[in-house]
Amino acid sequence: MFKKLVSAPGIGIGLLFFVVLLALPSFLPRFFVYILGLIYVTSLLAMSLNLLVGHGGLFQFHHAVFYGVGAYTLALILVKTSLPTWVGFLAAPIAAALFGVGIGWFCVRLTQLYFGMLQISLGSLVWAIVYRWYKFTGGDDGIHGIPMPGFLSTLNQSYYFILVVMAVSLVLLYLILKSPFGSTLQAIRDNPQRCAAVGVNVKRHQLRAIAVGTFFAGIAGVLFVVLERSVFPDLLFWVLSLEIFIMCLLGGWFTFAGPVLGAAITVSLRTFVGKYTEYWTLILGVLLILLIFFLPEGVMGYFTNLFKPKGKETGERGKA
Amino acid sequence: MGFLPNIGPAEVLSQLLVGLSRAMILFTICAGLSFVLGVLRVPNIAHGTLYMIGAFATFTFSKYFGGASGFWIALILAPLVVALVGLVAERTLFRHLYQREHLMLLLFTFALAMILGDLVKIVWGAEYRSVPAPDLLKGSITVLGASFPRYNLFLIFVGLLVAVSLWLFVTRTKIGKISRAAAVDRDMVGLLGINVSRVFAAAFVIGCCLAGLGGALVAPTVSITLGMDHSLIIEAFLIVTIGGLGNMWGALVGSLIFGITQSLGVLVFPQFAIVFPYTAVVIVLLLRPKGLLKSVW
Repeated sequence: MFKKLVSAPGIGIGLLFFVVLLALPSFLPRFFVYILGLIYVTSLLAMSLNLLVGHGGLFQFHHAVFYGVGAYTLALILVKTSLPTWVGFLAAPIAAALFGVGIGWFCVRLTQLYFGMLQISLGSLVWAIVYRWYKFTGGDDGIHGIPMPGFLSTLNQSYYFILVVMAVSLVLLYLILKSPFGSTLQAIRDNPQRCAAVGVNVKRHQLRAIAVGTFFAGIAGVLFVVLERSVFPDLLFWVLSLEIFIMCLLGGWFTFAGPVLGAAITVSLRTFVGKYTEYWTLILGVLLILLIFFLPEGVMGYFTNLFKPKGKETGERGKA
Repeated sequence: MGFLPNIGPAEVLSQLLVGLSRAMILFTICAGLSFVLGVLRVPNIAHGTLYMIGAFATFTFSKYFGGASGFWIALILAPLVVALVGLVAERTLFRHLYQREHLMLLLFTFALAMILGDLVKIVWGAEYRSVPAPDLLKGSITVLGASFPRYNLFLIFVGLLVAVSLWLFVTRTKIGKISRAAAVDRDMVGLLGINVSRVFAAAFVIGCCLAGLGGALVAPTVSITLGMDHSLIIEAFLIVTIGGLGNMWGALVGSLIFGITQSLGVLVFPQFAIVFPYTAVVIVLLLRPKGLLKSVW
């Protein structure tokens, strides 16, 4: 089965990348290690969104909520309870997926923009509660200085942990996407009526996809806490949701690794342009408009098309 | 339930009025959003930022002209400035994108919101600003033991005025009728020899103008600051959705639901008042997924 899924050069390049990234902390200054860690966390978040938006065609407008739920679950378990750490690490993605299914259960009854709007209102509800419930979640201050277990005490250890978890998650996401489950999901994106006609339970399948996507968003939330040791309500704010959306657009909706590229571009822009000017969103906005005008398939999509034999353009996909 | 005894009819009445005036500001903004959504089919995220520009422009104008008439001049000029910004954005960028899918347009308007937001930061800086209410509207009047701030009564009056003039505009003027027709079938309108692109530009400018007016109206009641667009735009989108996308009266109904649930929520559960309107939206969407009134989509 694996032979069909992955080519030998593909595995080779992937492994090479992984080894290089593993070796990086020995050469780079602390700050860059931290930024790389942030890029991995954000990449995983963007990938989990792209599973639903790019491949599932769902208007998942408020994905950040599940990221935030994952992060807050871990933070609250570590700070407020005396449960062992691994319980927190396990419970966080599960909580995110439960929220995902809970909110998704209402949303899948609607389609397109209405799906997105219902999700925004339900998500904002979660955000509002986190934002206001000072006694439990720390309100708009958030929770800071979350204690981490010994094996994550230094930045480099956190970096390795994040890298490994992200790599495993990406492989899993890839396998899920290439499985019959993933193919059905993409088929639903392209033609829900026909899928229903051949006997696919469209809504239930979408709900399962949401469970998977939000589970990985929860993992991203866990990794964020590992890196930052703090949580705050902005993690669940809709602005972040749109930012992840933009990362997927930047990288390319219909490519597998596009969102990683998009996340890397966004995080680096914010960090490095943000150092020189406080107006980095202006630059991101201009970049985005240029992209919408000239590269609607995203950076990754553009290069994929470039190297593709002629007559096999993917340009028409998703123009619903 | 220790908080219940505090609530008398006077408190309920005055909170109702606060909710009503909040609803009228929301309606002014959402009517513009809904109009653009109906005619252009564009979910305009930059609408919130235009509202913020309106508020900042009101600050500048009312300070520049000063005195008793400063606010009134600003109330007229600020929406015009915002309309101009909208016109430039529409003619240079927006009009090339109308054929794209919704998701792209949504992201385009978000990019526009980012750019305009940073431009506001460049022009006005990150400090908090405030605009004094004009003398005529300061203070409050007392009816039935409840005190009504005059400015809130003024807001309700303006909201009704906006509703009536919009109704006259879309039913009685030629451009209003054409824009309604374009909302239903833009191709057919084009086939009849009408310059649809110009109709779109006009509709977008009117939408921006209303956002600016909303910003001007809200200016004396809040502290004007960067980021005020973020919380507003999400509320505006939800209101437009529960009202029925593109339906102006839906925007009115949605605004009333949103404003009043929030203000009455303050009475029963001050800490979580913000939760009530969102819950109301969820309930409406579950009962009537396409909004309360007929959507043009």
